[in-house]
Amino acid sequence: MGVIEKISGPLVIAGDMLGSNMYDVVRVGNAKLIGEIIQLKGEKAIIQVYEETSGLRPGEPVKSTGKPLSVELGPGLLSSIFDGVQRPLDSIAARSGNFIAKGIDVDPLDKKKKWDFVATKKKGDFVKEGEIIGYVQETPIIKHYIMVPYGIKGRLEEIKSGKYTLNENVASVKGSEQEYEIYMLQKRSVRQPGRYARKIRSDEPLITGQRVVDTFFPIAKGGTAAVPGPFGSGKTVLQHSLAKWSDAQIVIFIGCGERGNEMAEVLTEFPELKDPLTGRPLMERTVLIANTSNMPVAAREASIYTGVTIGEYFRDMGYNVALMADSTSRWAEAMREISARLEEMPGEEAYPAYLPKRLAEFYERAGKVETLNGKIGSLTIIGAVSPPGGDISEPVSQGTLRITKVFWALDKALADSRHFPSINWLNSYSQYLEQLKEWYEKNASKEFPEEREKAMEILQREAELKEIVQLVGEDALPESERATLLVGRMLREYFLRQSAFDPIDAYSSIKKQEAMLSLILHFNEKLHDAIKKGVGLDAVEKINSIGALARMKEWNEKDVSSESSKLAKEIDSEFDRLIREEAESGKSDQEVQK
Amino acid sequence: MRFEINYKSIESVAGPLVVVNKVRHAAYGEIVKIELGNGESRLGQVLESASNYAIVQVFGQTDGISIDKSSVTFLGDVFRIGVSEEMLGRVFNGQGKPIDVGASIAHKEEYDINGAPINPSRRAMPNDFIETGISAIDGLMTLVRGQKLPIFSGSGLPHNQLAAQIARQASVKGSKEFAVVFAAIGITYDDATFFINEFRKAGSLSRTVAFINLANDPSIERILTPRIALTAAEYLAYEKDMHVLVILNDMTNYAEALRELSSAREEVPGRRGYPGYMYTDLASIYERAGVIVGKKGSITQLNVVTMPGDDVTHPIPDLTGYITEGQIYLDRNLNNKGIYPPINPQGSLSRLMNNGIGEGKTRADHRGVADQLYGAYSRAIESKNLSSIVGEEALSEIDKLYLKFGNEFENSFIRQGIKERRDIEKTLDIGWELLSMLPEVELTRVKKEYIEKYYRKGIAKVQQ
Repeated sequence: MGVIEKISGPLVIAGDMLGSNMYDVVRVGNAKLIGEIIQLKGEKAIIQVYEETSGLRPGEPVKSTGKPLSVELGPGLLSSIFDGVQRPLDSIAARSGNFIAKGIDVDPLDKKKKWDFVATKKKGDFVKEGEIIGYVQETPIIKHYIMVPYGIKGRLEEIKSGKYTLNENVASVKGSEQEYEIYMLQKRSVRQPGRYARKIRSDEPLITGQRVVDTFFPIAKGGTAAVPGPFGSGKTVLQHSLAKWSDAQIVIFIGCGERGNEMAEVLTEFPELKDPLTGRPLMERTVLIANTSNMPVAAREASIYTGVTIGEYFRDMGYNVALMADSTSRWAEAMREISARLEEMPGEEAYPAYLPKRLAEFYERAGKVETLNGKIGSLTIIGAVSPPGGDISEPVSQGTLRITKVFWALDKALADSRHFPSINWLNSYSQYLEQLKEWYEKNASKEFPEEREKAMEILQREAELKEIVQLVGEDALPESERATLLVGRMLREYFLRQSAFDPIDAYSSIKKQEAMLSLILHFNEKLHDAIKKGVGLDAVEKINSIGALARMKEWNEKDVSSESSKLAKEIDSEFDRLIREEAESGKSDQEVQK
Repeated sequence: MRFEINYKSIESVAGPLVVVNKVRHAAYGEIVKIELGNGESRLGQVLESASNYAIVQVFGQTDGISIDKSSVTFLGDVFRIGVSEEMLGRVFNGQGKPIDVGASIAHKEEYDINGAPINPSRRAMPNDFIETGISAIDGLMTLVRGQKLPIFSGSGLPHNQLAAQIARQASVKGSKEFAVVFAAIGITYDDATFFINEFRKAGSLSRTVAFINLANDPSIERILTPRIALTAAEYLAYEKDMHVLVILNDMTNYAEALRELSSAREEVPGRRGYPGYMYTDLASIYERAGVIVGKKGSITQLNVVTMPGDDVTHPIPDLTGYITEGQIYLDRNLNNKGIYPPINPQGSLSRLMNNGIGEGKTRADHRGVADQLYGAYSRAIESKNLSSIVGEEALSEIDKLYLKFGNEFENSFIRQGIKERRDIEKTLDIGWELLSMLPEVELTRVKKEYIEKYYRKGIAKVQQ
């Protein structure tokens, strides 16, 4: 039992703390605020407190729990909304009403609810850590597998199916030295990366339904992506779209130091929206962690670790998990604030020198793995970054970009013209293209990787031409280059732009993306062919298929193949007509000359 | 339980900070009263508390505080203000004391001015459309009740006029008028009286509470003023079922007070000398807006942020933009062209717009019209830039058309009278009139059905 000696913001120095360990969770003051030891100096402990510290006085007691910061894992996690230290916000509301009071001690998971446990192992089986011994059908889609906690190995003495609470043991294991009780609940320390058998190179993309992502800058399942962008560039809308539509089985969404109303939006929308793959409400596959910007700053630091530990737990069951963290800059700023209060020597822009290390450690917890029980699971991490003034030369953006393999560069100019998602196609990159190529050839079309390259070439050429146009005007360009401008614009407007708010356009299957892209490229070929045959661009600009291409987005998924073959025919016949007319008028011109 | 202890052990006074020695058990955040020794007293707050000393930040000037004569009393509580409905129609200073001719305020309850964070799971999604009667805002960056939307402005731009016009005109269909909580934070006497007079002229003074910290009032008091204002607003909204519009003017002065305090404490400075925790601190103010499940009232914030040097990447507007749900961006060029309100759609945004518009709220075509106007205006700017290089003559036909569209858009959509109130139908109709200048193939952001319904219909009428 220690005593508070000094309080400064979220930092408390306590004396008489011998016997406690680094990173132990402590209860601070008479209000029993939750804190964590982040430095030990002789008999003094420096504690970051996860709750508002006003009202604390020197002399009040500090008590160590002797345990590191950990999360409770078990049935009941799905569709929950937690704060940064895994307290369910609903339970907090039940205790303290509409506003969050201090020192509230609530269980992360409901201990009274009974779950139907189905054993898959039997008495006498030999089990070890990470092994699956049974499951709970938590939602109609998700089987929540119960795994042997870390550090336990031995023979099953007893295992029983039936309805139990999380506090009732469902199995016991006899190890070489001691016997262990096994519950549906286990605890894991959040700062320790989870264990797995081995990492696997991922060859499957996380399909997000966002055309610019899936077609041009895909992320592999188990991959990492950074989304830096200034405010108003559509970071949050993109993160929400990914959380809604990506084909992960479990989604962890961390609102780290962001807006309260955004969390309200997620909470209102997700239960109503249906997962496009399973038809179930999105909320059933989601775990939300909300530590909004006005909630205590230290808990913001913890929220990232809480989220990723829950993500690893579901990955270990063999699921594809996607984790979105919005925004990692707030996490880094929380680190900076704590570091400044510790009077550590500041690094770049006053961030602590260990910032890049912490970022790397976090993103390295992503990956596709063979789990300890032999299943294959993945954890994909997508981190938003909020660079001050939109300048990505700052330490958090740079530290993130060094590790992540996908970079979705959000562009303020695009956002201002309401081109969403405002991912700049010239600056963004994905380093997964090569390893995902085979998947696309199999699931989109054989030609898809080539089509993507072709489309990217047009977009790059368009950007170059636009610079020339800035100097000389469009009229000075030859017809073929003006045609490139036209097709570039089509790719931008008809393909890349996608409305997150339109019920149909919000999600495009990979089939639809392929159909749309190949139709625009088909138009491109026809166009260049027609121009070679003397057709003027002005005539082309009047044909109906341009309007029809613009409305491809409005196609229902089920009509894609019929609509696309119809449109392909229309394009063919319209260009045939133009070429025919050109040839005839050419002939009549010749006749006139005669 | 309150216990008050009086100390005569001031060790040092520097800037707004006083270090008191031999203090035991001062609570972090506790309020102290400093008696100067000449009968005057000042309030302060504990910023750091240790076993044998406390650092106190003084709200007000530190002149007259002396090491040997002054004494410090720890009041055993955080800063609270008494709240009651009687506050409506009254004017207070930056510390919440009445400064008008009225009687003192009788109150039953005292609230901690720091409030407590709203539990995110108890927030209701803001989705009631606020009609401000200003086309640029209603049409393109629609405000909803419970939103926080700052006005990004610059010195000399008409942000005061705009804020006052919004306060005067804002209404929600089928709902009572807004109560207004106005906090002047470090603005001039002229600007503050402008607002009071505007409210008086509009007959809305009786549903207004004003807190006034003027430019020559103590800067550290500015740390309190917005918090006091929001505490009053929370009381009116969540206890008295009112819809409250809070205007904090100007948050730049607040942030500068924060910087002053931080540098007095010799903290490691972040960008441009502002403290590293400024994001968190600003959030503790801005996040006090919203709608709560089961409560009838709401808080909407409309704050003024003047951008030093018109620089939107300056830490104050930058951090603000990361917290607020969009921004209304005032543009010096538009202002120089004589356009009021000089709202530039590029750079402006309302993140909650989608929740407040569409069928049954504004009109089904609203989203499409707004997107198309944004797109077309940004194309118009491109054409304009192009024409300044190659000359208007060398522009293609379509670029010339966009150029014309851009001018018309600024003059008939954005520009409007300071007393003019356009309803949303009118705003969208003007939008369609403008879009009708463009050929139909250009309208790729509006759905076909709306094009059929509205495109060139107004003009057709004129021709008949």
